[in-house]
Amino acid sequence: MTALLEVKGLKVQVEENEILHGLDLTVNEGEVHAIMGPNGSGKSTLSHVIAGKPGYEVTAGEILFKGENLLEMEPNERAAKGVFLAFQYPVEIPGVATMTFLRTALNAQRKARGEGEYSTPDFLKKVREVSARLSIPQDMLKRGVNVGFSGGEKKRNEVLQMALFEPSLCILDEMDSGLDIDALRIAADGVNSLRSKGRAMVVITHYQRLLNYIIPDFVHVMSKGRVVKSGGKDLALELEKSGYAQFEDKAA
Amino acid sequence: MNIALATSNTAQDELFTSAKGRLPGVGPVATMRRAAFDDFARRGLPHRRIEEWKYTDLRALLREVAPLAPAPDQAALARAGAAVKALGINGTQKFVLVDGTFVPQLSDVSGLEKGVSLRVLRDVLENKDNAVRADLLQTSVASDAMISLNTALATDGVMIDVADGVSLTKPLHIVHVATSSDTSAVTRSLVKIGKGTNVTLVESFAAAEGAKTYQSHDSIVVWIGDNAEVQHVRLMEDALDAANITTAIFTLGAKTRLNTFCLTHGARVSRYQGFVTFKGEGSELTTNGVNLLGGQRHGDTTLLVDHAVPGCTSRETFRAALDARAHSVFQGRIIVRPDAQQTDGKMMTRALLLSDEAEVDNKPELEIFADDVSCGHGATTGALDEDLLFYLRARGLPEKEAQALLITAFVGEAIESIVNDDLREFAVATAERWLATRG
Repeated sequence: MTALLEVKGLKVQVEENEILHGLDLTVNEGEVHAIMGPNGSGKSTLSHVIAGKPGYEVTAGEILFKGENLLEMEPNERAAKGVFLAFQYPVEIPGVATMTFLRTALNAQRKARGEGEYSTPDFLKKVREVSARLSIPQDMLKRGVNVGFSGGEKKRNEVLQMALFEPSLCILDEMDSGLDIDALRIAADGVNSLRSKGRAMVVITHYQRLLNYIIPDFVHVMSKGRVVKSGGKDLALELEKSGYAQFEDKAA
Repeated sequence: MNIALATSNTAQDELFTSAKGRLPGVGPVATMRRAAFDDFARRGLPHRRIEEWKYTDLRALLREVAPLAPAPDQAALARAGAAVKALGINGTQKFVLVDGTFVPQLSDVSGLEKGVSLRVLRDVLENKDNAVRADLLQTSVASDAMISLNTALATDGVMIDVADGVSLTKPLHIVHVATSSDTSAVTRSLVKIGKGTNVTLVESFAAAEGAKTYQSHDSIVVWIGDNAEVQHVRLMEDALDAANITTAIFTLGAKTRLNTFCLTHGARVSRYQGFVTFKGEGSELTTNGVNLLGGQRHGDTTLLVDHAVPGCTSRETFRAALDARAHSVFQGRIIVRPDAQQTDGKMMTRALLLSDEAEVDNKPELEIFADDVSCGHGATTGALDEDLLFYLRARGLPEKEAQALLITAFVGEAIESIVNDDLREFAVATAERWLATRG
């Protein structure tokens, strides 16, 4: 069986500094992987490179998504294929209404896949259904994209998009940053409701705390641009006790 | 005097001499035209050493004023009629000027709303009883070579009066259409809006099919009485190789609100200079504008807001989106006279550069002579935000679509101020059309 996501020997530079030094990661359908590691270990770089953010240079290795070379695709093509990055800091876009944004994005993805675009009534129906399921208040949808949203609201908007676009791979980049415990629980509940057999998730986090709410199947520890240890969910608890120091020594 | 200047004076004299048959008015009117033309001839086209025209050097951009267009024949009127239809703005009372001539058969002259009266500048000037009406061509508020040129050569225009207390259901709509190539249309319109009125005034500039490299020289003088509510929308969509030089002069009474919006989308070279004077206390001005320019087009919006009395508010919001080698100019000057205490005047201008070769000049100026005022200005210039673009692309939007969404949002802030739904939609559609031509 082809893995959903296969990262092989990935080396990445930013302005001639190598951030990832040969990273391997395999994610199959339906699996939830957590990637943990100290600041500067390259976790966010990995998420950006998978999503196609400009400014990163891949010097070696490859990323396959459903067997296809992801690195040759534009960010929008990756989205249409089913890759979704939930941003650590979702941007505010003044002047772009949330509903306009959601409809334009959803229809762009559908068009790229050769599917029919949603009509306005069908689209409204779908958004209402999805936002009701996630208990997202309608007035959030009436504002500009993320404009004036709290940290928690921004993350819920990411979860809403995840539910609407139905990607097969979700990468959650430091979803817990900037959230208090209540906001974290609400966002995590949303993510959990989207777990399914056909959908894999990669949860990137600095703290074990998030993994109390989103329980992973696999945990990987990153340090200095490599995965230095992989294991089951217990590995996260172990880290919580002993910290990252042991791995940093190992990587060095 | 050097030889080049002497030659150009001869050429300019020819411009006036050849125009004479087209210029209505005798006696004091003719005398005023001669004096105005002499003033223009003495100054010549404004150039970069004239402070107000520093960024719009008409000697380089325009080179010369094209001769007046002939009065339109039947074929020209048919083409003009098609152009008016093609504007796609319905539900307005239209007053159509073709190549600088008012055309009743293309205008809504019979169905004028109650309280609206229309006269035609040419008729008024040609009527011997009105020979002393040289004041119609006078503008005391502003003076420069282009205004003098306009006074000298204005062939026609509309004079619209709206009686006190009238609320119009349909916008008044002055439409300028060019059918002739390599010629000038020179027009002056005068609009008097009474006290306690509610009026929307629209101005459109468009080309008939086939009209090329022509010049529109327009001026409009608008008086607004006390307690009025006026919307003004100007949509400039002249041919992309044409020139448009327009002066607008607004005088506001007390407790009056004027909301103006100016869209500059057409013309190879354009200058819109607006002069707004507060003559009565407690009035509010909102003036917004958008320049959407590509190719090698040059668009200049210059506004002067004169707070001559206390307690008035002015807000200027201006946006420019520029592609290719386009050049946008925004000059905003706010004058607060010594008596004009409690003035609240602010302007904000932002430009979006979509190519490395696009250029923008922003010149905000505050001249404050009163001490109890709140005034401010801001200006930003930049490219599209890379983080916003990536966010949209990561959600599936192709690059051009992501850019279009952000550009629409950027100019939307200024367009949103248009109160009339149809006109706002028209402005949005124009912006979208411009975006579509970016490919």
